[in-house]
Amino acid sequence: MTRKPLVSVVSAGLSKFGKRQGLYGRELFAEAAKEAFNRCPNLEPKKDIKALFIGHMGESYEHQGHTGPTVSDWAGLLPIQATRVENACASSGAALRCGILAVLSGMCDVVMVGGVEKMTHRTTPDVTEFLAMASDYPFEQWHGITFPGLYALMATAHMHKYGTTEEQMAMVAVKNHHNGALNPKAHKQREVTLEKAISSRVIAWPLKLYDCSLITDGASCLILTKPELAKKFTDTPVHIIGSGQASDAIGLYERDRFTTLNAGKLAGQEAYRMAKVEPKDIDVAEVHDCFTIAEIIAYEDLGFCKQGEGGPLMESGATKLEGKIPVNSSGGLKSKGHPVGATGTAQAYEIYLQLAGQAEKRQVDGAEIGLAHNVGGSGATATVHILRRA
Amino acid sequence: MAETRPFTIEEFYRFAGEKRLMAARCNKCGELLLPPRPMCTKCLSTDLKWVELGKRGELLTYTVIHVAPTQFESLVPYIVGVVKLKDGLKLPGMIRGIEPEEIEVGMELEADFDTTLPSQWPMWPRYFFRAP
Repeated sequence: MTRKPLVSVVSAGLSKFGKRQGLYGRELFAEAAKEAFNRCPNLEPKKDIKALFIGHMGESYEHQGHTGPTVSDWAGLLPIQATRVENACASSGAALRCGILAVLSGMCDVVMVGGVEKMTHRTTPDVTEFLAMASDYPFEQWHGITFPGLYALMATAHMHKYGTTEEQMAMVAVKNHHNGALNPKAHKQREVTLEKAISSRVIAWPLKLYDCSLITDGASCLILTKPELAKKFTDTPVHIIGSGQASDAIGLYERDRFTTLNAGKLAGQEAYRMAKVEPKDIDVAEVHDCFTIAEIIAYEDLGFCKQGEGGPLMESGATKLEGKIPVNSSGGLKSKGHPVGATGTAQAYEIYLQLAGQAEKRQVDGAEIGLAHNVGGSGATATVHILRRA
Repeated sequence: MAETRPFTIEEFYRFAGEKRLMAARCNKCGELLLPPRPMCTKCLSTDLKWVELGKRGELLTYTVIHVAPTQFESLVPYIVGVVKLKDGLKLPGMIRGIEPEEIEVGMELEADFDTTLPSQWPMWPRYFFRAP
């Protein structure tokens, strides 16, 4: 028996992910919000929604901070409380957690949580620099360690300790591009071959271009309410039954091991314990594949396999759409794209679709329990949410 | 007088400018703190002292950066890694004077110092690693 729901998701929205020229982040958020409003005709957004928590990583991209009221205005939700949550790439995973806390506190019956990032109008060196702000400045950035560089340090350590191969990492890219090709909202809707992935140019050895997620524009949102109110808004709510969040040292070098993300492990354990489910109960998962090695490490941290066996798990095909535990049916950050602040709730959006049976060509048959795993920086923040079909 | 200097990151880099690798040690619980901090994160004591670390250590992991932020673009490709010093503390940094094909996890490296100061904040020297 899983636990009783913490909160219920009564609607969700996602902007088209991609290179969205000529738009501001707030306009992308309005696109996501409108989809969520349309999906839930019984909801009166201006009357019912009492708070907004918005994940947004960087004011550098658009020279725009103070994101809470900005996107709230464009979503037509002024003057409710609107708060930006910043935990690097886990900003909206953390915003989701804030929304759950707000509903559970009894202070708000209905809240909107979401995320947004507009990135593609900036040059790659600029984006590289902005993303690096999620890592330690005085000891990492100061010595020229980039964000891909941090995951490359993990990849080298994982290869050295467990024999994980560049080919296994490339397989993650091939799988996620296959899934993304089935997702009309994905940034890159095309397959890649193993040969192309493995021979792409080096970004931070051993990571190559196809080991890296995409620089993408996008926004996402969910509408949460108390479980006892859910049926008032929709016949098909999806329940959140577990939530976990943990932190680690900002500097990768300070940690005991580079082959695991302890915050991800702890967030997973908290969510599993709360939900009263085990890794084997998960039917579909979205994990934080900012780099292919991160997906392999996530398999291990979330208990889909033993430590060190993430590479072989990928190779076995178990995480493909038709496998035992499909991972990143949306295409993941790798192919759907990674507008950093929007990613956490975009993952939850995909799980919502899967559990509501609305994932179309990438639907995992009979999915009842799903998991969303969102990581900030090189793992200084992680959130894990477990959802269940109502 | 090392003991009177504040337990800050900036002070760590001032020591680097003097070609010394320094960490803070908690006088109460003995914990070594690198980066140095004003308060011991293990026992929360502020009774600390500076200790000098050995410069040699073992390479735990590394990467070769090919795409860098503007500030480092002229250096690509360059190697960065994490070194475990003899005292057990870890430091990340650039590895110079070694070709990517010669680099190996487990190799011994030694810290060296580039004491030229940048013209903008932070006006810190950099340490780096090389073959001993």
